[in-house]
Amino acid sequence: MDEPQAWIPTDPRSRPSHDQVVAGLKGVDEGGPELVQLLTPEGERVPDERFDRYAADITAEDLCSLYRDLVLVRRADREGNSLQRQGELGLWVPLLGQEAAQVGSGRALAPEDMCFPSYREHGVAWCRGVDPTELLGIFRGTDHGTWDPVATRFHPYTIVIGNQCLNAAGYAMGQRFESRVGDRDTGEATICYFGDGATSQGDVHEGFVWAAAYDAPLVFFCQNNQWAISVPLDRQTRVPLYQRARGYGFPGVRVDGNDVLACLAVTRWALDECRTGNGPVLIEAFTYRMDSHTTSDDATRYRLADEVELWKLKDPIERVRVHLARRHGVGADFFDAVEAEADELGERMRAFCRAMPQPGPERMFSEVYADASPTVDRQREEYLAYHASFADGEG
Amino acid sequence: MPTTMARALNDGLRAAMERDPKVLIMGEDVGRLGGVFRITDGLQKDFGEQRVLDTPLSESGIIGAAVGLAVRGFRPVCEIQFDGFVFPGYDQIVSQLAKLRYRTQGRVPVPVVVRIPYGGGIGAVEHHSESPESLFAHVAGLKVVTCSTPADAHWMIQQAIVSDDPVIFFEPKRRYWEKGEVDAGSDLASAYPLHASRVVRPGSTLTLATYGPMVKTCLDAAGAAAEEGHELEVIDLRSLSPLDLGPVEDSVRRTGRLVVVSEAPSESSVTSEVAARIQQECFFSLEAPVLRVTGFDTPYPPSRLEDEYLPDLDRVLDAVDRSLAW
Repeated sequence: MDEPQAWIPTDPRSRPSHDQVVAGLKGVDEGGPELVQLLTPEGERVPDERFDRYAADITAEDLCSLYRDLVLVRRADREGNSLQRQGELGLWVPLLGQEAAQVGSGRALAPEDMCFPSYREHGVAWCRGVDPTELLGIFRGTDHGTWDPVATRFHPYTIVIGNQCLNAAGYAMGQRFESRVGDRDTGEATICYFGDGATSQGDVHEGFVWAAAYDAPLVFFCQNNQWAISVPLDRQTRVPLYQRARGYGFPGVRVDGNDVLACLAVTRWALDECRTGNGPVLIEAFTYRMDSHTTSDDATRYRLADEVELWKLKDPIERVRVHLARRHGVGADFFDAVEAEADELGERMRAFCRAMPQPGPERMFSEVYADASPTVDRQREEYLAYHASFADGEG
Repeated sequence: MPTTMARALNDGLRAAMERDPKVLIMGEDVGRLGGVFRITDGLQKDFGEQRVLDTPLSESGIIGAAVGLAVRGFRPVCEIQFDGFVFPGYDQIVSQLAKLRYRTQGRVPVPVVVRIPYGGGIGAVEHHSESPESLFAHVAGLKVVTCSTPADAHWMIQQAIVSDDPVIFFEPKRRYWEKGEVDAGSDLASAYPLHASRVVRPGSTLTLATYGPMVKTCLDAAGAAAEEGHELEVIDLRSLSPLDLGPVEDSVRRTGRLVVVSEAPSESSVTSEVAARIQQECFFSLEAPVLRVTGFDTPYPPSRLEDEYLPDLDRVLDAVDRSLAW
């Protein structure tokens, strides 16, 4: 079968008609001819002239380690979802289906690289050493995330869509100003995560402009999961997202977001480009949101089950399992051990979540400002006294 | 020697940059041109393009990138070219700049200063004469200050830069070229506190509380009132968030009368807050209701009408008369 021809908007009056295929603008599309893939959905390793060398050092042991991360990240995600259903969390934001995009890119990062997530990057958090229990407070309503963003170099979750692209651009400008760019081995880079919906936000556009203007060592990592809550990708763009990079003057690559090896290789390449001073770079990870937008959403109201079924065949974990079993003779012992570890992780998350303390009212007033604030100090004093007046009454 | 406010700000910025190599200046046209008001004149020449950044024309970008630079350990001082242009950056100011410290419970401070020339009186086109300070004073996590004299401009900008909190720094653009004495020889630590209001003219008949460009207007009004035997006490609020109303309360307990003056529209504003708090704290001292003299609750008008819109000496004295006649 012929590859579908990409529609190129050379004539400013033209639009793609219904019978023209713009590869990758529909959830049911294949990724198009430029999609980078190293591991097929069937678990076959396929060559890629450009990116093979960024995966050449990956041993069977490394693949096992990636597999373990994928499984544990999925389990952490499913536990979060269940804890919401059980009433322990107010909300959960599922990443189901996006494990490979997150683990592949997350594992490419060096400890000194900086990472700016949106709010679905539980798998990247995992790769940065942020324990899944540290995400729970956000969704239980006890805090806004408890991990140390300085030590982990994993910025707090950003919930306003696209804001973090500018914050990441600024941070990466700082890396350049501090002369941390120019050497493959000692250079630093920043990675910024956002979704397909975010690409319509001004801040993402401005982030692209700023990163380009200052040659910032910044990898823009767009997880195109095909849906912005209920709105499909073709409402956000006329052209495949990775092609937008060209208009800003930096390279864009579309990678199979369900292929952990390809995501690892392409992100390593992108980070190398940034560390050596050739940033920024845009990566579009072509993937799929297998679950709803959040636990408050119902995806069956706006998309067909057929589409989801299609993507089940491209599962990011199954292909690694098949590849390990068939090509590297990895046996049931390993897979069972990972499964057991996932069970332990789930149990640990459940126990942790249920034991999370209710924050006291004084927490409301803490760290609004670095310096003293008479306004906040007075309100804290008055409100705590109000609380105390009830305790006196009971006594 | 008397110095203009523009020069005092320039000197203050220079001193801050010499004091701390992490201080950056960023904004539209702030480098080679020195800013449309020349507040950053000569700084890029002396500190280089990596410390004085001519940025893309992108206000959300200026604030958003400044937040990222602050996370990295820099102390960015952003210039927004005119008051009415800040709104593309308002999302970043409210959603990130104001909240990042609270979100991380102090782990990620964001010491960013956003300088905004504000207010009317220069005959400008739309969006160049607004007073949006209340929109920032309402946001928890931000500090909002405004200077009224060259001396305050010189020290307050430096104090804002050393603060670990984000500070929105409003500069009364029509006062940029008015002169005053600046004692640049004294040191930052002994400067008048950033978040303290100050009695700038003592009096016993009535209290005028004001800030920014209206301080001079109120001082002029007090001078005129003195000729009729009324001694008005004028208080420059200086810090709009947090407000320092202690000196206003002390004053009102003596005078029993308060008029609050600002260019900004009146509803849900800094002047509303001052009125509400003073009636709460000084209820039994008040001889008359707290009155306000402000801009109107309209968009800023075409500039041929701005003399009607902006509070002036006569409108201030009219309110003083109404208060005294109560």
